Amino acid sequence: MDIGKELVLEMYRKMHRIRNFEQKIKDLTTAGEIPGFAHVSIGEEATAVGVCSALRPTDRITSTHRGHGHLIAKGGDVARMMAEIYGKRTGYCKGKGGSMHIADFSLGILGANGIVGGGIPIATGSALAAKLAKTGEVTACFFGDGAANEGTFHESLNLASIWKLPVIYICENNGFGEFTPTAAVTSVKDIAVRAKGYDIPGYVVDGNDVFEVYRHTSEAAARARAGEGPTLLECKTYRWEGHVVGEGAFISGKYRTEEEVARWKARCPIIALEKAVLESGMLKRDELDRVAQQAREEVEAAVQFARQSPLPEPSEANEDLWI
Amino acid sequence: MARITFIQAIFDGLIEEMERDPLTFVLGLDVTRGTFGRAAGFFERFGPERILDMPLSEAGFVGAAVGAAMAGTRPICEVQFASFFYCAFDQLCNQAAKLRYMSGGQVRLPITFRTRCGAVGGAAAQHSETVYPQLLSVPGLKLVMPSGPADAKGLLKSAIRDDNPVVVFEHLALGGAREEVPEGEHLVPLGKAAVKREGKDATVIAIGAMVPKAIALAQRLEAEGISLEVIDPRTLIPLDEEAILASVAKTNRVVIADEAHLHGSAASDIGCMIAEKGFDYLDAPIKRATAIDAPVPFSPPLEKAVIPGEAAIERALREILG
Repeated sequence: MDIGKELVLEMYRKMHRIRNFEQKIKDLTTAGEIPGFAHVSIGEEATAVGVCSALRPTDRITSTHRGHGHLIAKGGDVARMMAEIYGKRTGYCKGKGGSMHIADFSLGILGANGIVGGGIPIATGSALAAKLAKTGEVTACFFGDGAANEGTFHESLNLASIWKLPVIYICENNGFGEFTPTAAVTSVKDIAVRAKGYDIPGYVVDGNDVFEVYRHTSEAAARARAGEGPTLLECKTYRWEGHVVGEGAFISGKYRTEEEVARWKARCPIIALEKAVLESGMLKRDELDRVAQQAREEVEAAVQFARQSPLPEPSEANEDLWI
Repeated sequence: MARITFIQAIFDGLIEEMERDPLTFVLGLDVTRGTFGRAAGFFERFGPERILDMPLSEAGFVGAAVGAAMAGTRPICEVQFASFFYCAFDQLCNQAAKLRYMSGGQVRLPITFRTRCGAVGGAAAQHSETVYPQLLSVPGLKLVMPSGPADAKGLLKSAIRDDNPVVVFEHLALGGAREEVPEGEHLVPLGKAAVKREGKDATVIAIGAMVPKAIALAQRLEAEGISLEVIDPRTLIPLDEEAILASVAKTNRVVIADEAHLHGSAASDIGCMIAEKGFDYLDAPIKRATAIDAPVPFSPPLEKAVIPGEAAIERALREILG
């Protein structure tokens, strides 16, 4: 596979940026410094980064309530993201969106979404616009295993199939819809097989292997740009943390075993990348460590920026509704 | 000026706007076939790239209109009956209405939703509802309710040019109504009410298909020496409060005629606004002539019992004319 050293380092940088960002969000939410719901994606970094690394800057994505990783992978500025999550005026949405609604249209990030399955028709429409305007952009649509049981998933795949739209549906199967195991509420073992019902290609992908995700997304993007229509990629991964930070306060009992979590932590996507590139001799330990250290510093700086930023004025609640 | 029907006026507006902006396109169910009237040559003129038949997937294609608007186009999305919006409420209320605000004003959402509403005789509860009351409390949507052909064309053209999501409610009973409609550049601004008839004894604020009923009543009561003023808000959001209050200040009596169900109706909202801002103008209580709080039934006498007609407006008026 044609992945150069620069791209691998960039992937590694973004995975670390996500890991550090999410860990920070978890800690600051637990400490009571950040308001609202925080859904973190620790353990799922390879899917976000593998997909977005295969996209062009002009391509678009839609994201989910667990969207920080997707946004960072598409180039989102961690300082403006952090400020948004702090509810500050300097945030991406001037404090009106928060964690679940960050968007950056200049980067093709059509937004995270608080409604499970809400972004799937939007991604489909974004692809429809690209087809109508003949602009050649591809839209990657992130959603979870839970959303694959929403009607919008099925309606959108049918639409995209009949119109051969340039869209890639990325089902990030992290094993749980909130607290319910996917297998308990899903008719199929592999969500990828649902592609058959819409006569489009569907693949099960190791969502913890950034190179595999990158390869599949590149192929799907090439198909989309060639006018051959949508692809469904089911990236199997795992949510190391809970559904929402602080869930212990309202969830009674355990919904998974320590062993299961430990098994997946042993398959850490960041360590898997390190192992692959160190063994092949592509990168050296100190090159990786330098990048990891930079990612930590960027996230620290983002927290400082957010802390020092002003809160919005109450009168700003009346702005930004209409053009 | 040609004397044309409501539907012809809508298509005239649609064709003019689609010719004006190549990024406009129509999507919806059976839009190439035009199940509710279609201008000759409409499909032939714009072709399958700009007039897209959708599957029966309201959530899917309403959401696709949102995504397409975000990506720089100007979709005109047809939802055959307003009650079908319930299948797409997330996409309409959580996505279209909120995404500009939630993103801190980063995005434009120039979407026009065309839909049909209201009771037209025997369509029963799932094809006769007005639905706009449910949207009155969803900030981020403009709501348009034309009462005749000329306004239909002018409001639709303004809706298409607007960079916000706009829902245009076309009352089914008005489809065949005819009047003189200006050709070409006829724009009716959103947020500007019309005085449909001047009078001095009482104001009837009439919405959509209630406007012709109010005008017919006004003509009839004239013989009795009662002079009614008929105000058509034309858009519910934004609402022309100034025009409404000016009329109430002049007549001191007001009935609001709205085909929506009583609770949560536009009539209730407008009535409350008048009570708050125009209480001193009033010589009598504010009255509402609305549908009763029952789903619209199928059988013609039952439908008539639920939907407010000329008689319901008259009853309300008689109570306050003294």
